[in-house]
Amino acid sequence: MAASEGRLAENILYFARALRAAGIPVGPGAVLDALEALSVAHVGTRDDFYWTLHAVFVKRHEHTGLFDQAFRIFFRKRGYIEKMIASMLPETMPGEHKAPPPGAQRIQEALFSGLNEREQAKSDVEIDARLTVSDQELLRKKDFAQMTAAEIAAAKDAIARLALPLDEVRTRRLAPSRHGHLIDIRRTLRASMKAGGAVIDLKYLGPRVKEPPIVALLDISGSMSEYTRLFLHFLHAVTDARKRVTTFLFGTRLTNVTRAVRQRDPDEALAACSTNVADWSGGTRIASSLRAFNKQWARRVLTQGAVVLLITDGLERDADDTLAFEIDRLHRSCRRLIWLNPLLRFHAFEARAKGVQTMLPHVDELRPIHNLESMAELVRALSGAPAKGYDPKQMLKNVA
Amino acid sequence: MTDKTLPSSIDSTLDLLAKADYIADRSLATVLYLALRMGRPMFVEGEAGVGKTEIAKVLATTLGRRLIRLQCYEGLDVSAAVYEWNYGAQMIAIRLAEAEGEGDRARIEHDVFSDRFLIKRPLLQALEPDPAGPPVLLIDEIDRTDEAFEAFLLEVLADFQITVPELGTVKAAHPPIVVVTSNRTREVHDALKRRCLYHWVGYPNAERELKILRAKVPGIAKKLSEQVVAFVQALRKEDLFKSPGVAETLDWASALTELDVVALDPATVSDTLGVLLKYQDDITRLDGTKVKALLDEVRSELRAAE
Repeated sequence: MAASEGRLAENILYFARALRAAGIPVGPGAVLDALEALSVAHVGTRDDFYWTLHAVFVKRHEHTGLFDQAFRIFFRKRGYIEKMIASMLPETMPGEHKAPPPGAQRIQEALFSGLNEREQAKSDVEIDARLTVSDQELLRKKDFAQMTAAEIAAAKDAIARLALPLDEVRTRRLAPSRHGHLIDIRRTLRASMKAGGAVIDLKYLGPRVKEPPIVALLDISGSMSEYTRLFLHFLHAVTDARKRVTTFLFGTRLTNVTRAVRQRDPDEALAACSTNVADWSGGTRIASSLRAFNKQWARRVLTQGAVVLLITDGLERDADDTLAFEIDRLHRSCRRLIWLNPLLRFHAFEARAKGVQTMLPHVDELRPIHNLESMAELVRALSGAPAKGYDPKQMLKNVA
Repeated sequence: MTDKTLPSSIDSTLDLLAKADYIADRSLATVLYLALRMGRPMFVEGEAGVGKTEIAKVLATTLGRRLIRLQCYEGLDVSAAVYEWNYGAQMIAIRLAEAEGEGDRARIEHDVFSDRFLIKRPLLQALEPDPAGPPVLLIDEIDRTDEAFEAFLLEVLADFQITVPELGTVKAAHPPIVVVTSNRTREVHDALKRRCLYHWVGYPNAERELKILRAKVPGIAKKLSEQVVAFVQALRKEDLFKSPGVAETLDWASALTELDVVALDPATVSDTLGVLLKYQDDITRLDGTKVKALLDEVRSELRAAE
């Protein structure tokens, strides 16, 4: 009996490890829970066994599919476990050549900076003009981790500028406040107790303020490819400074990369993003991506007065009624919708493209984002009231 | 009295729920059974109207326990959820002590912050001993409150205890049965979920939905109930912003019986669509021709099944 129990514990341990490798966060406590659950459940059938483990190991609805797959494969034959991990993890592709580790180019630059001085100067000039680097990769799956030192310096600059007072909304939660309007009886009583109850020194409560969440929708299609890397850096910096930032990438489909962006090191964060996304530098389907967002995520991430940053050039291939419908729904479900369009860098930019014309009436603000200056301006905009001069209606009038 | 004890197997859990007309599937019964046996909170997530809150209510009635409900909302704080001091009574007590010439400040403080002046809110009530057995604590729609409130719950859900700074720690002798529900309008933190057994309540399949419908709307005609379920199931396959839940199916069935409908026809469906669909976009999407096509599909399916 003891021996068979030992085997079960071992199997559960291996199974938990397999789940972890497949991306379900399973702590050591969950393994103990699983053993306890199995011992009280008197599992008879395979189904009961399945749901018992499911109850303990799965904490998110999205993980049910992963768990199901892992369970089937694991409890059919143990030898399949490596195969299972390989099939469920997008990043471990067997036979693929080894990519240089993140940050390798930075190290190279640091070592041979003397040799590359001239080239670097050149790329510096380019940053002023376009905020992009010379190494244009035409691979479908871009390796973001290879940043030039010049770009890093620029990104750091942007991060430094981010230390600004941020946007605030009033919550319904109360906190002690000198200028509040409600009497905090608890503190008042405590304070008056000090004087033996003879003097009543009133203490007040006021509404607590909080930074609203930010939701970023970043276009990674071919026409935006020169900018996506730096925008991701920017979003990483914003995520670092604020707690509630959700990041989505879209080209032809929508991918949530919030967890990847949350990693401390920007190189690692960007590398994690690129492994998660299948449609780098492809076409754009703004309408269907927005539709996917509205349907699956809007109700989950747009609560508590969220600000949406929509970063796209608006060059939708097939602009029809659905685009207008989806952008309108997005606009109605968030507190403020800011459209960041890198094409605005051209002074002669006019809202002529059909996609742009369709989307303009539904956004609260249209801003350029093509260099560090405009990024800094955006941060200032995030920390206060909508600024003048970025009214999308003005843009439409100019065309008319 | 035997029927008031905790179920001893997954099958008896299913029976227990069925006794109160709650037709659960086996996966839900498994989780519920584990939660009862292991003394763990149960975290139930799912779309609106699939019967999450009902689980707690059914548990309370079938087990003969008291149901304590904490409805969450934004700004919910300790004084509304856990406990509050009865300030008015405290003031009076201080005045009286003064009038009696009681000068010992520490003594007054000790008297004023005692059990007598404590107003117990749902979470603290749930920890109190109850002659009928530990109560069922329903923490409803936890996603409606903000992240800050989740932190209050960690101590309660992990150790079934609450610390009142002035009094000390209150610990339940017998832990309550805790059911936490969420509509997933935001992600609840992993730290809280880790302490619970998780279950996603999905839409039921046709067979189970039919059983639920017959249990909850007893007067319904056989043919109508089959049509209603088949239509709703077909509707859930459509590309809608919000698919109808079980609650909507039941509402619709009772509405149809009230209207003395014996079989579905396109006009009745179109007129009563507002009971099933709650978004204007979804209702406009389902115009007359679409309803007719769906209904024809449902009818031919049912005919084939006969």
